[in-house]
Amino acid sequence: MIFKRVILCVFAFSLLFGCRNGAKEEERPQASSGGESRAEAPAVGGTNLAGDALSSSEIAEPINLIPAISSDSASHQIASYIYNGLVKYDKDLNLTGDLAESWEISPDNKSITFHLRKNVKWHDGEPFTAEDVKFTYEFMISDDTPTSYDGDFRKVTDFSVIDDYTVRVSYAEPYAPALNGWGIWIMPAHLLKGVSPSKSPLQRKPVGTGPYMLEEWDTGKSVTLKAFGDYFEGRPNLDKVMIRIIPDQATQFMELLNGSIDIMSLTSMQAARQTSSARYADKYNTYSYLDNSYTYVGYNLRKEPFNDKRVRQALSYASPRQEIIDGILFGRGVPATGPYKPGTYWYNGDVKKYEYDPEKAAALLAEAGWADKDGDGILEKNGKKLRFELITNQGNSTRSQIAEILQRSWKQIGVQVDIRVLEWATFINEYINKGNFSAIVMGWNIIQDPDIFDVWSSTRCGGSGLNFICFQNEEADRLLAAGQGSYDPAVRKAAYDKLQEILAEEQPYTFLYVPDSNTALSKRFKNVVPAPAGITYNFIDWYVPEGMRKYSFADK
Amino acid sequence: MAGYILRRLLAMIPLLIGITVICFFVINLAPGSAADMRVSMNPKYSETAREKFEKMYGLDKPLYEQYFIWLGKFVRLDFGDSFATDGKKVTEKIGERLPITVGLNVLSMFFIFLIGLPLGVASAYWRDSVFDRAATVAVFIGYAVPTFWLALICMYWFGVHLGWLPISGLTSYDYDSLSPAGKFLDLSRHLILPVSISVFGALAGISRFARSSTLEVLGEEYITAARARGIGEGAVLFRHALRNALLPVVTILGLSVPGLIGSSVIFESVFSIPGMGQLFYMSVMMRDYPTIMGILVIGALLTLAGNFIADVAYAFIDPRIRYGSG
Repeated sequence: MIFKRVILCVFAFSLLFGCRNGAKEEERPQASSGGESRAEAPAVGGTNLAGDALSSSEIAEPINLIPAISSDSASHQIASYIYNGLVKYDKDLNLTGDLAESWEISPDNKSITFHLRKNVKWHDGEPFTAEDVKFTYEFMISDDTPTSYDGDFRKVTDFSVIDDYTVRVSYAEPYAPALNGWGIWIMPAHLLKGVSPSKSPLQRKPVGTGPYMLEEWDTGKSVTLKAFGDYFEGRPNLDKVMIRIIPDQATQFMELLNGSIDIMSLTSMQAARQTSSARYADKYNTYSYLDNSYTYVGYNLRKEPFNDKRVRQALSYASPRQEIIDGILFGRGVPATGPYKPGTYWYNGDVKKYEYDPEKAAALLAEAGWADKDGDGILEKNGKKLRFELITNQGNSTRSQIAEILQRSWKQIGVQVDIRVLEWATFINEYINKGNFSAIVMGWNIIQDPDIFDVWSSTRCGGSGLNFICFQNEEADRLLAAGQGSYDPAVRKAAYDKLQEILAEEQPYTFLYVPDSNTALSKRFKNVVPAPAGITYNFIDWYVPEGMRKYSFADK
Repeated sequence: MAGYILRRLLAMIPLLIGITVICFFVINLAPGSAADMRVSMNPKYSETAREKFEKMYGLDKPLYEQYFIWLGKFVRLDFGDSFATDGKKVTEKIGERLPITVGLNVLSMFFIFLIGLPLGVASAYWRDSVFDRAATVAVFIGYAVPTFWLALICMYWFGVHLGWLPISGLTSYDYDSLSPAGKFLDLSRHLILPVSISVFGALAGISRFARSSTLEVLGEEYITAARARGIGEGAVLFRHALRNALLPVVTILGLSVPGLIGSSVIFESVFSIPGMGQLFYMSVMMRDYPTIMGILVIGALLTLAGNFIADVAYAFIDPRIRYGSG
């Protein structure tokens, strides 16, 4: 659950799906407070802060702890304790150094030089050097590595090791998202070189540079991590992290009430309705902040009637966002206006908004030529009724509930919707990838880097491209390229601000909401300071005062 | 008898091959493949990633060829490697979970028979009494109540509110450090809720069955004759009635053999039990063909074995069948 940074870099837009209920996906940006500033000895005022443990849970067993090979959230969560990238996001969501102390970007914006930290050790005691970075790059692009995250690395045209602690990567074109891409897990060359990754014992016994190392993996039951004494930012205070595998969130909540686990991500309903009892309130704090995801309705722009902007705008006006948030998320979320998270640097709040307004919606449809001529309550045009299928994936009850609210609400303006819920693989392969849909309810993760080229570029329409609604807009394409082509945040911000205006005007999606992420954490943990990045960015600095400790370990 | 057994055994081989053919082609009919799952909705894979995965999984070959490759391995008892990212052997993955599921199911079945049979027989003997009615209502409540709901209620009540029993899992976190007696106690405490709940849900079937078959036998003339001869009620019921009434239980036992490896995903999730239900569900969702095939084949083998054992057992205990088949 902790240290989400790597996933954010890697999982750029992976969909929120599956057996989770919307808010279940635990997205927490992660970064530590910056290496140099941290005191080496974990002692304040003469007291020893080291001790106790965090008991946590995952909804599934991790599959593979060479995280580049796996693609499940449990593996990536656990890997985030074990590995580091070259860069990470700090508590204010600024990109900062992790294994790299600093970096420079060449004047032509085509290459990045990373200066690596010199005091970093692998969990087995070997020193970390430029060779490891080079190896990670080669590992990512090797055809022997079954990874799904090789895209950014195949764009590298030259990788050179300048000395033991300096590397330079070059690209054919300036490519700003590359920097964030180097937040990827750096792998140990001395253990993996020349070994087929899918046969490596590191899949079950990982060796990284991170604050925790694997102690035990009890299949199907739990994973235990212990503090790495030689961690370059200093030994973490909590001796262990115990991660139990509890697939059901209701069960997780009971284990929390029982004190068996200390931290969990609450569903909206749990956060809204089940946190007032003394049993909870005496022992736990709830931290709520906006999740890194948004939910939307996407329209197939290749099809009638969605190729008409006025129809899309009308549907947006007729979508009661607040009712959806209040009814389904128990008020735990905010309406979305575009693909960025409100309150972040990249967010542009100054765009056209679509407050719920059925009259305006009806007027727009009338303007587009839709009228109810036969009096059956459904609009028609040229003899065709305004009726379509709204599809979503099975296993996410939030999305099917949204579809039901929209069905009722759109009916009021004369649009008839049939809801269809499909199994994930069928949904993607038979409907999305074949362009065989009218409208869908889906969600995207919001990553820290603002690049959204893959979702909105006209070149990503067709095949399994992520612009499956086929949004094509020349100015948007130009802005997306401008955003990728510069490392200057101001230049990028200008481009993405304009892009948000275009998306708001065009409404290729009806952007519905950004949900809250609600984390319950035991009150015995101190030094937990909420920031834009969430609470776990300074996890290694959390401690439990003596006297409140719950677990003790003989073999420290 | 030996000839009969041999014939039955040989007939199973084509049956098993037929089952594997159908299973293999049916699971391949489902849209999407493991390679698709690895790259769908992820912008960070390169253009070549899908081909790489297809080649790695052998999905680039024609379907019939994939089947023969699979069959070739299967006859050497090799189920292949899982398509999941752990790349483990299918036998290893099933081996991790099978003992848990089978253990739980055997334990539950033991209690289902232990409680269900006497309950049914007693219901039949005191037919239409208050006891009979109460038992009927109770077992049908168990049958009708959704298991996961009852489980959550019980977990909250016994685990959180009263704090008597552990909530989920099969063992405590510190299980490995416990003494053998402590381990036994810990495991037993964890098993109380899941076993009780699955037993409660399954009592209806077996007790109803025992009731109706006992009723039927009690109406037979030889029972009336036995009573007329002045034999005690106990002897009538246990020596004369039950022996015949419970013969069909053998069939039920045989038919429940394949059920031993099955288990409900929801039930397992609620109790955090790493069993076969979840493995199968996840494999289907990921289109992990080797694992799906592995589980289906084991299920098919057990079904065939169950039927076979039931037939043979019948022949042993029922003279009519034994003499009839020569």
